[in-house]
Amino acid sequence: MSEHTDNGHHEETFLSKYVFSTDHKMIAMQYMFTGMIMAIIGGYFAYVFRMQLAHPGEIVPFFGTVGPGQYNALVTNHGTIMIFWVAMPVLIAAFGNFLIPLMIGCDDMVFPRINRLSYQIFLISAIVLIASFFVQGGGFSGAWTAYPPLSSQAKYSLTPLGSTLWITAVALEFVAFLLGGINFITTVMNSRAPGMKMFDIPIVIWMIVIASILFMLSVGPLIAGAVMLLFDQTVGTAFYDPTRGGDPILWQHLFWFFGHPEVYVVLLPAVGAVVEVICVFSRKKLFAYKIVLYTTFATGILSFFVWAHHQFIAGIDPRMANVFTVTTLLISVPIAEMCFVIIATLYGGSIRLKTPMLFALAFMAEFLIGGVTGIYLGASGSDIYLHDTYFVLAHFHYTFFPIAIIGVFTGIYYWYPKMFGRMMNEFLGKLHFWGTIISFNCIFIPLFFLGLAGQHRRIYNYNNFPDLSGEHLQDTRVFATRALLVLLLFQIPFIINFFMSMKFGKVAGKNPWKANTLEWVADSPAPHGNFEEMPEVYRGPYEYSVPGREDDHWPQNEPG
Amino acid sequence: MAHGKPIATTRSATGIPTGKLAVWWVIASEIVIFGGLLVSYLLLRVRYWDEWGEAAAHTNVWCGLINTIVLLTSSLFIVLAHHAAEHNDTKKAFRYIWYTIAGGAIFLCVKGWEWNNEISHGYTITANTFWSFYYVACGLHGLHVIGGMVIMGIISFQARAGKELHRVELIGIYWHFVDVVWIFLFPLMYLANQ
Amino acid sequence: MIDQFIVSISTYGGDIDGLFRLITYVVAPFFIATEVVLFYFVFRFRHKPGVKAQYITGTKKEEKKWINIPHMLILICDVFLVIGAIKVWYNIKQRLPEAPGDQIEVIGQQWAWTFVHAGKDGALGTWDDITTVNELHVRPGVEYIYHLKSTDVLHCFSVPVFRLKQDAVPGRVIKGWFEVKEDFDFKDINGNHKQVFDVQCAEMCGLGHGVMAARMTVHTPEEYEAWVDENTPEKPADDKAVVSVD
Repeated sequence: MSEHTDNGHHEETFLSKYVFSTDHKMIAMQYMFTGMIMAIIGGYFAYVFRMQLAHPGEIVPFFGTVGPGQYNALVTNHGTIMIFWVAMPVLIAAFGNFLIPLMIGCDDMVFPRINRLSYQIFLISAIVLIASFFVQGGGFSGAWTAYPPLSSQAKYSLTPLGSTLWITAVALEFVAFLLGGINFITTVMNSRAPGMKMFDIPIVIWMIVIASILFMLSVGPLIAGAVMLLFDQTVGTAFYDPTRGGDPILWQHLFWFFGHPEVYVVLLPAVGAVVEVICVFSRKKLFAYKIVLYTTFATGILSFFVWAHHQFIAGIDPRMANVFTVTTLLISVPIAEMCFVIIATLYGGSIRLKTPMLFALAFMAEFLIGGVTGIYLGASGSDIYLHDTYFVLAHFHYTFFPIAIIGVFTGIYYWYPKMFGRMMNEFLGKLHFWGTIISFNCIFIPLFFLGLAGQHRRIYNYNNFPDLSGEHLQDTRVFATRALLVLLLFQIPFIINFFMSMKFGKVAGKNPWKANTLEWVADSPAPHGNFEEMPEVYRGPYEYSVPGREDDHWPQNEPG
Repeated sequence: MAHGKPIATTRSATGIPTGKLAVWWVIASEIVIFGGLLVSYLLLRVRYWDEWGEAAAHTNVWCGLINTIVLLTSSLFIVLAHHAAEHNDTKKAFRYIWYTIAGGAIFLCVKGWEWNNEISHGYTITANTFWSFYYVACGLHGLHVIGGMVIMGIISFQARAGKELHRVELIGIYWHFVDVVWIFLFPLMYLANQ
Repeated sequence: MIDQFIVSISTYGGDIDGLFRLITYVVAPFFIATEVVLFYFVFRFRHKPGVKAQYITGTKKEEKKWINIPHMLILICDVFLVIGAIKVWYNIKQRLPEAPGDQIEVIGQQWAWTFVHAGKDGALGTWDDITTVNELHVRPGVEYIYHLKSTDVLHCFSVPVFRLKQDAVPGRVIKGWFEVKEDFDFKDINGNHKQVFDVQCAEMCGLGHGVMAARMTVHTPEEYEAWVDENTPEKPADDKAVVSVD
C-alpha cells in the first residue's frame, strides 16, 4: 500500500510560506536562523567581556567601557543565550524538526499547528530576553545559574526589571520546548515508515527523542522553581528568603536537578549528528548500534543522580557529597563507552575527510578533553579547589563548544544539500574548520592553567586581586582574547559559504553523500510533503560496504 | 491554507492512537512540574513543621472537601461523555461535557469564595511561606482547571457536530489528571496540619 | 601540578594537589590512548581507490572485547579515584578539629569580608575579639575553626593557597577548618618571600563581586603576637556600660 502526499495546488503567500507555515522544514529553518542570530549576539557578548579582561578599563570597540555590572550581565546572558537560545533550538528544534519526518519516512509532524505554536512561543521568549537588555537597570546579571537571594530580590541584584524578564524568557523557552517535544516523541513513535522497526531508527533520531524525554522529565521542577522565583521577585513571597522561612539552597537543587540532565539534552543530538556523519564518511556500519543505545539510556538515567556535584561546597550536608562523587564518576563510564564505540566505527573504514567529517572527528577529539577534565570536578576533594575557577569554565567549554558549535557545524555541512538543494564549498568549509578548531584550542587550553593558578570566575578585572594580576597571567588572558578574535573572524568564511552556496553552490541531487537514511530519498531541497511516494523500509540505517554488493551503500528503502 | 492532515497522522506504529500518546506526554510533563512544586513544599514543610502546621490550621477543610467531591463528580461526567461519544450519541456527549465544565465552574466559585475569605483575614500570599505555597500550588492547579474547561468547551461543539469524537476521551484523561493533582493537594495543604 | 602554579600552605592543600595528581596519572593513559587511536584510525583508514571498507557489526565477541575491556578498566580505575576523593573530602569537610587552636568568624556581605579574630582568649564573642575588614591574620601550626556567615546573598570564602572554598549562605553558620603548615617557609612558587595572599569571594554576589577581595597575612608566631597586642581593643572597665556601635 503506497501513500501519496496531497500535492494540491495551494496559493502560498509570503506570510503563509515563511511566517505562518506549519511545514516542519520551514519551522526548522525558523528555529535555525533564530538560533544563528542569537549565536551572533552571544558571541558578541563573549567578545566584549574578553576584551575587557584583556584590556581592563579600556574602551571596547563596538561597545564602550565595560562597568562591573555590565560585565556581570554580559557573562550571565552569554551563558544563558548559548544554552537556551543557540544549542537547544539548533540541535533539538531545528535538526529535530527538519530530520524527524524525513528520516522516518513521513510527510510532516503529527501536530503541525502545535509545532508552529512552539516556534512562536520560542520567538517570543527570545524577544523577551533581548528586551531585558534595554530596560532600566539593565539585563539580569546574577549568572546564568541565577542563585537567590541575589536573583530574587532587587535590592541585591539592582536589576529589578531585567531579572524578571530574564526568568520569564527562560520559562517561556521551557514551554516552547515542552510543546516541541510532543511532536518529536509521538511522530517518531507512531509515524515511522512501514517496515521501520525500533532498531532501524537512525541514531540521530533516537538521540533527539531521548533528549526530548530527558528534557521533559527534568525541567518540571525547575518550572516550578522559576514560578517561585518569579513570585519572590514580583510579589514578595519568600520561597528563597532565609530571613522569612525560605531556603536559597532549594533553588540550587531545583536548578541543577534540571541543569545536569540538560547538558545531556544538548549532548545527545550532537552525538547523533556525529554518528550519522562518521558512518557515511567512513562507509562503515555503526559499531554495535545497540551498545550506543544502551549507553545512551544509562547516561540518561544516571544523569538524574549526579546534580549536586555542582553544589559540593554550597552548604549541602557534606555526607551527601560522597554519594554524588560516586554517581558522577560512574556516569563517565557509559559516555566513555559511547566514545569508544564511535571511534571503533572508524576501524577498517574508507574515510573521506570532507568538511562534515572533519567536524565530526574534531567533535570526538575535543569532547574527550571536556570529558576527562570533568573527572577532576566530579571528585569532591579536588572540586574544593577547582570550583568557581576557570578550570570549570575551560572544562565546560570543552564539552559545550563541541556540542553547540562543532556538532552544529557537523549537522549543517552534512544536511545543507537536503535543506537547500546545493553543496557548500569544500575549500571554504575546510578553511572555516581549521580556523575554528585551532583558535578554539588556543582560547581554552590556557584557561585551564589560569584556573589552576586560582583565577576565579565572573570577575571583571583581576587587577583587584594582587595574586592574579601578574604579568604572566595577564599575558595569558590577552592571548586567549586574541584567539577569540581569530575564532570570530574565521566564522566569516562560513557565513559567506552558507549564503552564497544557496544560489551558487553545485546542484546537490537527491543523495550527494551516497547515504542510506530516508531523507536522501527525497528531492533536494525536500518539497512540501517530502516524498512523492512514501518510502517503505527493509533494513537498518547503517548497511554500508556490505560484502557481496557492488554499491558500498544500501538505502533503507531499497527492497531486497 | 487548506492542507489536508499529514499522512503522518494516519499511522500508528505502536498501535496506540497518536492523540493519546500526546496527552500522556502532556500529563507526564505536568506531573514533573507539580511534583517538583510539591516536593519543594514537603521539604520545607517538614523543616518548619510547627510553624507551618499553625498556618495550615487556618485552611478551610470544608471548602476543600466540597471541592474534592465536586471534582470527582465532574470526572464522572466526563467519563459518561466519553461513553456517549463512543456510541455516537453526540447530543448526550455534549450535555455531559457541559456538566463537567459546570463542575469546574463550581470548583472555581468555591475557591474564589474561600480565597476571598482567607485574604480578608490576612492570610495573603506573603503572610508566610506556607501560604505562598498554598496560593501558588492551588493557583497553578486552578489555571489548569480553567484551561481544561476552555478546551472541553471547544471539544463539546466539535463533538456535537460529530467531529473528532476521540478527543472527548483525551480531554477526559487530562481532566482526570487535574483531579489527581487535587487529590494530592487536598491532604497536603488542608489536612496535614496536626 | 597545581603547586607549580600556586603555592600550597595549608596542611590539607597537599592532599588536594595529590588527588589532582592521582587523577591525572590514572586518566592520562586512557585519554592519550584514545586520542592516539582516534588519530591513527583516521590516518590508517583513509580512502584508497579500489579498497573497500570492512563490514563490522560490533556484535561478535572478538569485536566487543575492544569495548568491554577498556570499559572494565575504567570502572576499576574509578574505584581508586572515588576512594581518593572521599578520603580528601572527609578530612576537609566532614570533620572538625576536636581541640582547635583558634577560631575565626568570617562574615561575607555585599561587598566586603569581615573577620572576627578570637583574640588572646581564643574564644569568639568576648571583649578581646579583633574585628577587621578585608584583612585576615593567621599564623602557622594552629588549627583554626572558621564560622562562616553571610548577611545578604550567597558568597564564597575562598583562599586559593589553602585550596579552600566554602559557600557562605545567609541564614546559616557554616563551620570548617584550616591550618597553615607548621613548616611553611614564607615563599611563593618562584622562591620569593611572600606572606600576604588573596582571599576571594567565589560565588557571584552582584555588582561588587569583582572587588570583593581580602588579604590574608600569615605571620610568624612572634609577628602574630605583636599584631594581637597592637590590635586588641581596650578592656571595658567593669563599672562602665558598653555601648556597641555597629
